[in-house]
Amino acid sequence: MVLHFEVRGGDFAAAGEASSRLKAVLRQLGLEANLIRRVAIATYEAEMNVVIHAYHGRIEARIAPAAVEVAVTDEGPGIPDIELAMQEGYSTAPEAIREMGFGAGMGLPNMKRCADELRVESQVGVGTSVYMRFSLPGTAKEDRGEDR
Amino acid sequence: MRLSEVRRILGAEVLTGEELLEKVEALSVCGADLMSDVLAFTKEQTLLCTGLTNAQVVRTAELIGLCGVVFVRGKRPTEEVVAMAAQRGLPLLSTRYPLYETCGLLYTAGLPGCGDKPSDHGCA
Repeated sequence: MVLHFEVRGGDFAAAGEASSRLKAVLRQLGLEANLIRRVAIATYEAEMNVVIHAYHGRIEARIAPAAVEVAVTDEGPGIPDIELAMQEGYSTAPEAIREMGFGAGMGLPNMKRCADELRVESQVGVGTSVYMRFSLPGTAKEDRGEDR
Repeated sequence: MRLSEVRRILGAEVLTGEELLEKVEALSVCGADLMSDVLAFTKEQTLLCTGLTNAQVVRTAELIGLCGVVFVRGKRPTEEVVAMAAQRGLPLLSTRYPLYETCGLLYTAGLPGCGDKPSDHGCA
């Protein structure tokens, strides 16, 4: 099953709608609660990044027997130094975003914490794409031995 | 602890979800104004105490299954945010206590925090 969601940059009223719709579908499909939680958190962080930083974005979620894969692609300013952006606490978000409870440099680290695999590619002035893979219970990477 | 007990301890006003207070059980509490921290460190059925009143609080609660939100220092969200929570069956309370006292009162009454203790990491 493949789902598509559009995300508008700067639309804070709708921020999180795509993630909650994805969560509802995963629930309807009866996927395991902890997996749903990990997908919801990571997708929400990625969606917030699009709303905060980009002009427009698209979320594609593929639900297969072995894994849920979420790809978030945006047209935006891009990330000049991905390694730096992966560090907890590093942020380029303006103060107004921080007052909303985001933009504290926790987004990408949170995605990494939740996903079994995370790939970030970015081109400055063009945009960023984030790929996340969440293994389903019963598959090889089910137990990562971490307390979440 | 039931949310009805939380309301009593905090002398809180119920903004929405009055009918749920007897049914909803909080297992732990998180005091935070940073939603990314809430996303990273809370468990299901956590009660969030916060000074933030925007729509992202309700969205965060929905996405990770928080059992309710207490706004501190008498803060109140807009009618739109209250309606959003009502639609999702998320109880919202407002207390006059500041964040520190709110968390302290609930902790003293037996509600634990939602994260690891420093001793779990060899810090204490």
